Amino acid sequence: MAEIVQEEGHKGKGKRKAKKHGTHIDMTPMVDLACLLLTFFMLTTAFNKPKVMEIILPEKPKENEKPPELDKDRALNILLVGNDKILWYVGLADPNKTLPVLTEADYSKDGIRKVLLQRNKDLFTQVATMKKAVTEGKLKIPRDSVDARIKRFYKKDKLGPIVLIKAADGVKYRNVVDIIDEMAITNIARYTLVDINPVEKKMVQSRLPGSSVTAIK
Amino acid sequence: MGKIKIAVKTPRIDMTPMVDLFFLLLVFFILTATFRPEEAAPISTPKSTSSTPIPDNHLVTIEISKDDKVFFNMDNGSDSTEHLRAKVLQAIGSNYQIRPPFTPKEIKKFEGLASFGLPALKLREFLNAPDVKTREAMQVGIPIDSIDNQLAMWIRYARTYNNDMQFTVKGDGAANYPVVKKVIAVLQDNNVNKFNLTTDLKAVELPEEFSIK
Repeated sequence: MAEIVQEEGHKGKGKRKAKKHGTHIDMTPMVDLACLLLTFFMLTTAFNKPKVMEIILPEKPKENEKPPELDKDRALNILLVGNDKILWYVGLADPNKTLPVLTEADYSKDGIRKVLLQRNKDLFTQVATMKKAVTEGKLKIPRDSVDARIKRFYKKDKLGPIVLIKAADGVKYRNVVDIIDEMAITNIARYTLVDINPVEKKMVQSRLPGSSVTAIK
Repeated sequence: MGKIKIAVKTPRIDMTPMVDLFFLLLVFFILTATFRPEEAAPISTPKSTSSTPIPDNHLVTIEISKDDKVFFNMDNGSDSTEHLRAKVLQAIGSNYQIRPPFTPKEIKKFEGLASFGLPALKLREFLNAPDVKTREAMQVGIPIDSIDNQLAMWIRYARTYNNDMQFTVKGDGAANYPVVKKVIAVLQDNNVNKFNLTTDLKAVELPEEFSIK
């Protein structure tokens, strides 16, 4: 590879002169090895660090402190049940009144995402148009202030749903990450993880007979 | 008339610059390569669309494996003089009255390890284990039940020695949510309301009528 030395026949007569050669080291094996190691390290180097999803939960209410009241018209309850299924309803489940109807959805883009987007259209369009303006160069703001702006939109949000995520037993961690991710995709300003209550348990059971729904202690 | 013979000479390529370049790249890749430390349990994280990279240091990772075991990991600080792991280990040792206190050799060993998941009283045996296999067999998860919540102790001490610790929950996608929920509750009990979930990146897809082009 490095060089192919062709023996040239000695032409002519006369004394055989010892050719003066600089010492040539055959570098081929070294180059081979260097190449091999280089390839190995290139392939094993993971440039992309693992990603993280930040969540900020509301502080736990203190002993004699009432949890904040919830505007029940804005409440969107998402019940996660086993086998990758989602059931959702709007408002509050009051056992003394007619119970709301549960609707089934899944984790695909036309599943719960569509529901959330329809309910959060204002905020979502606001954020999306802002992001679009930034990528197209119409709006010139530093990259890091994009997040700050989004947060400001979130703060001003008065119409979007307040999502209560309630996970039943038998739910995998993957499902919860998926649903929190949905919140980020659809720009839901307010959401929290709460326990499923007995009324909802009954509702799920009547909707999906056979599934054993027990709340997490 | 004799033909004119043209001497056939193989062109000689000087490879020195190429070799130089190879070595330069090689050195670069060797130096940037970070080898994965001994893993307590394989964890395949769920996917999300978040693209925030994980913080570099002052990071506490709570791992939850597929079989619902809880592991704890923290880094040693932004440089080797901080010895955060050593401090936390000593604090845990005195809290659980491990006598005699950990020897410098054991502490050194602990600083070099990554995640671990075992009751505090087994720590000495774990650190003196002869090989990886023995250590692996001892990883039964950190107790998190309310009677003996050792995870809370680890979190508390990690915060004692560095208040800027960032917390990350790295769960396997197939782990059961109740366990994750318990871990999150322990974090919240220690006033950690802001934390990260480690995920893999995936692309965002939107339903037709909402995709803005």
